[in-house]
Amino acid sequence: MTATPSEAPHLQPSATQPQAAPSALAVDGLSLSFGGVTALNGVSFTVAVGEIRAVIGPNGAGKSSLLNAVSGLYRPDSGRVWLGGHSFAAVPTDRLAALGVSRTFQNLALFKGLSVLDNVAAGLTHRLRAGVLAQVIGLPTARRERADAYDRAEALLAFLHLEDARDRPVGTLPYGVQKRVELARALVARPRLLLLDEPMAGMTLTEKQELTGCIRVARDDLGATIVLIEHDIGVVMGLSDRIAVLDYGRLIGDGTPEAIRNNQAVIDAYLGVAHDLEAGEGI
Amino acid sequence: MTDLALDKPVPPNAAGPNRTAPTARRGMVRPSPTALGVGLLLAVAFGLLPLVGSEYLFDAILTPFLALALAGLGLNILTGYAGQVSLGSAAFMAVGAYAAFNLSLRLPELPFVVDILLAGLVAAAVGLVFGLPSLRLRGFYLAVSTLAAQFFVQWVFNKVGWFSNNSPSGIVTVPPLSVAGLALDGSVGRYLFGLSVVSVVTLVVWRLVDSPTGRALAALRDHETAARVIGLPVLRLKLLAFAVSSFIIGVAGVLWAFAYLRTVEPAGFNLDRSFQILFIVIIGGLASLRGAFLGAALIVVFPLALARLGETLLGGLFDSGVLEMSQRIVLGLLIIAFLIAEPAGLSALLDRLWHRIAGRLTALCSRLCPRSGSNRSV
Repeated sequence: MTATPSEAPHLQPSATQPQAAPSALAVDGLSLSFGGVTALNGVSFTVAVGEIRAVIGPNGAGKSSLLNAVSGLYRPDSGRVWLGGHSFAAVPTDRLAALGVSRTFQNLALFKGLSVLDNVAAGLTHRLRAGVLAQVIGLPTARRERADAYDRAEALLAFLHLEDARDRPVGTLPYGVQKRVELARALVARPRLLLLDEPMAGMTLTEKQELTGCIRVARDDLGATIVLIEHDIGVVMGLSDRIAVLDYGRLIGDGTPEAIRNNQAVIDAYLGVAHDLEAGEGI
Repeated sequence: MTDLALDKPVPPNAAGPNRTAPTARRGMVRPSPTALGVGLLLAVAFGLLPLVGSEYLFDAILTPFLALALAGLGLNILTGYAGQVSLGSAAFMAVGAYAAFNLSLRLPELPFVVDILLAGLVAAAVGLVFGLPSLRLRGFYLAVSTLAAQFFVQWVFNKVGWFSNNSPSGIVTVPPLSVAGLALDGSVGRYLFGLSVVSVVTLVVWRLVDSPTGRALAALRDHETAARVIGLPVLRLKLLAFAVSSFIIGVAGVLWAFAYLRTVEPAGFNLDRSFQILFIVIIGGLASLRGAFLGAALIVVFPLALARLGETLLGGLFDSGVLEMSQRIVLGLLIIAFLIAEPAGLSALLDRLWHRIAGRLTALCSRLCPRSGSNRSV
């Protein structure tokens, strides 16, 4: 256990009434299978605007499949995804950025040959209006746009303490730094919805605490709603407003950290070991 | 706010976006060593060489070098920057060459510069068509589908007499080179013409790879899924890469035909040529503008050097058959050695060498004049 109780979420009271608030993301009866393997089985849940929503579950529970379905990389067999007021049977990945959604990947998905700054600035390229010719000729509009994008990218590097790595090719950086670069790339476009797939995997305790702070700031100051897959239960309990628990592709628990902590189905499926220990202590 | 990223004092031959070269995005513009180097190179190429070079130097070395370097530059956009493998480069050279020939034959009133641009556009259009499979195919599968371009285009030029003005042998002689009334059909003239075209295209390519679109191409190469997720128009970028690359390779074909060989025949643009261009890019260095030039220099100079060497060492034993055989063997070995020793190509090798020399110089300088050397960091 790494996180401390002092990291309790700020917004817990407001998150207890998700139905009343408009949702940033809703999935409704999402099912997905690969051949005979069921990855998702009728999963439904909502993410309220401004909330930090964790998705947890044992390995192979379908967490990443869920994010991939939400970002359109997988096409669900049935069910719908609601994003920013639109309903999709299959989310168009190409429009994701325009919908205000960005994400990070479980295994790093950076542009290895580009510098850190270029990687982060690439997160804004979809907003540039100048055509190729204008860029090549160097028309004032193209130059202004580009300078603006790089200014924003630099600001985000400062925010995530990446200035020192600014010009390094991203492939040469340590794993934890690359994770932060990917977060910076996802954040630079000021997304309304940020999907994080295990952002803290492989990080040290200090790095995790730092990143937890960054995620909070992303929500509080940058206004992003956050869906977070994370294995570190301490981090999840401290950071999230509500938690959805998946097991074998089914949603087996959904609620505040408190509720999840006391949910018998969750304990059986996911915290089974802890349950046994508690039971043992009780005897 | 006048000096933005695009004004970086990095010249055409400086490293591509995957190098760490840009250190000061804005602020003082100070000519970098590379800028000085390129300026010096251009001065020598435009000013000095035409005065001192021999006909042999221009006809056998420099002009083919320029054409192949340009083709390498074109392929590098597609393969080095955008990460799409192509084995059909010679086909696009052929399209450019035949298009320019037919334009100058059938529309003689057009200035030759317009011919070149149109020839490039025709090659770009053909490249776009053969780039369509890239929307669904990747890697080896795409490479195989670009082979279709190679065989199909060569077959068409062999089969349809119209393209070669119904010449019985299939070989056509191109009209002498002349731009704006200026006859450029001598060795030096054709060389200078090629040099001008290559300089202009290189400048444009440098601007392109340094632009957000160029970065987007590299993003597509490094991680296509992530590129899609952050909203890059992946399909458009792929087609753009094919079109721009084919345009440049088509212009290289025009140079090959009009400035170098002065004839056009389909056999000159066979699969061997496609591989030659691919080798140029790989040996020179993927995603490096300089690499195309270094690779082309090696590919052009190496056989000549080997012929000279063989003649000197072995005399009469070294006939043309042995020469051709030994060229293939040594070149093959060279490529294997390169791929093992320096996958990033001659360009990276040169970088390392330069850093070592610069390091030595700085050390020497700080020893000779400690004051100016001490506060300079490398």
